[in-house]
Amino acid sequence: MGLKSFSLKKSLWVFHFGGASCNNCDIEILDCLTPRYDVERFGIKLVGSPRHADVLLVNGSINKRDKPRLLEVYDQIAKPAFVVAFGACGCTGGIFAEGITFAGPVDTIIPVDAYIPGCPPKPEAMLSALMKLAETI
Amino acid sequence: MAEQLFYFFIYPGMLFAGIIGIIFAWADRKVTARVQFRQGPPVLQPFYDFIKLLLVKETILPKNGSVIFFLLAPVLGLFGATAAAVIILMPALGLTSGFRGDIIVLFYLLAIPTLMFIVGALASGNPLSSVGASREIKMVLSYELSFILIIAGVILKSEMTLQLNEIMALQQSQGAFIASLSGIVMFIAALVVIQGKAGMVPFDMAEAETELAEGIFMEYSGTAYAIIKYTKYILLFILPVFIAEIFLGGLHFEGIHILWSILKVLLVLVLMILIRNTNPRLKIGQAMRFYLLWINLLVIAGLVLHYIGI
Ligand code: SF4
Repeated sequence: MGLKSFSLKKSLWVFHFGGASCNNCDIEILDCLTPRYDVERFGIKLVGSPRHADVLLVNGSINKRDKPRLLEVYDQIAKPAFVVAFGACGCTGGIFAEGITFAGPVDTIIPVDAYIPGCPPKPEAMLSALMKLAETI
Repeated sequence: MAEQLFYFFIYPGMLFAGIIGIIFAWADRKVTARVQFRQGPPVLQPFYDFIKLLLVKETILPKNGSVIFFLLAPVLGLFGATAAAVIILMPALGLTSGFRGDIIVLFYLLAIPTLMFIVGALASGNPLSSVGASREIKMVLSYELSFILIIAGVILKSEMTLQLNEIMALQQSQGAFIASLSGIVMFIAALVVIQGKAGMVPFDMAEAETELAEGIFMEYSGTAYAIIKYTKYILLFILPVFIAEIFLGGLHFEGIHILWSILKVLLVLVLMILIRNTNPRLKIGQAMRFYLLWINLLVIAGLVLHYIGI
């Protein structure tokens, strides 16, 4: 394993894209930053600009208005980048899947590297998913 | 010539200052984490971030901006920070005695990285970056006046010496400047000014990641952002060293003095980190008023105290 992939593995910066969620997943994501879970141990941090991100974390259902914005954000990310679908809504559409404005689960819009099921997933689930994602690099 | 290049690029310039700066950046994050009762990142975390940005990530160029200035600005900023690092570190490490007036040159060199960040942000053509740049310009206008007043105060206290080396020698023979009331007052003001210069909370409104999405650095990615990070690491190292040199009795790398010198620099660094962790981000108007009114008054009070002789 070279220095390059090792550094990438050790420093995954996350950009959070919140779709039309019920807001519960967003709060679980913030939980990961608290002293109890402390994602910074693994070099993970939340960044404010997609230009700096390595991981695009998408939660909530993607409706017709979100879809072009999600595509735009995905284009803005400096590659190599990974996409993680968070929560039942991100993976399949969850309880919103039959709504009239629903525009497909995340993986029909952009390629997804990891799925985190749950409604909402526990913070431990997010940590384990990011660790497993890092191992594939 | 080869000697100067060695000084500039390797020791004590770009490479050396950068490596120590990376360790300081880790200390910053680790102490922050401990203050918040977290575990904090591993020692090499800033190094991983730097390598990842430098070698792995793609550099995206702005579509509506000026590509040449966008890419040139971080490089020039790095060169400015390195030149300042060489002038600050050489007398401390006993390599050369510097030259007459180097403390004035430092004032200009330390302004270069910030000015270059502003140029880069304006060249990126992004509206949020422009807002960040405008805030940074306001910050520069506010703290540079206090900074030059502090340097003037140091020159007055050292009986009109304009050379960093002699200022340190004077403090070693007569006691550190911070041992007087005027010294303490000016040291507090200097601490706040370098907080603004290093762009740390509560004066980080130019990059405010929650409202401006990293502001002036928003459009940078990959190698260009790695260079900006490196410049920031160097600044995080040389600013505490500079304050320790002009107020805390200077640095001296011989025998037991090595320990004291390192402790002095670490003390300034920890004070900066604690200020950063105990204050919320100010609004730009509040920051301007804070510098232009209160900090300037504080420095002037220090100058008056010096004239009275305490
Ligand atoms: S997965 Fe569940 S908790 Fe998360 S946004 Fe959807 S409905 Fe809310």
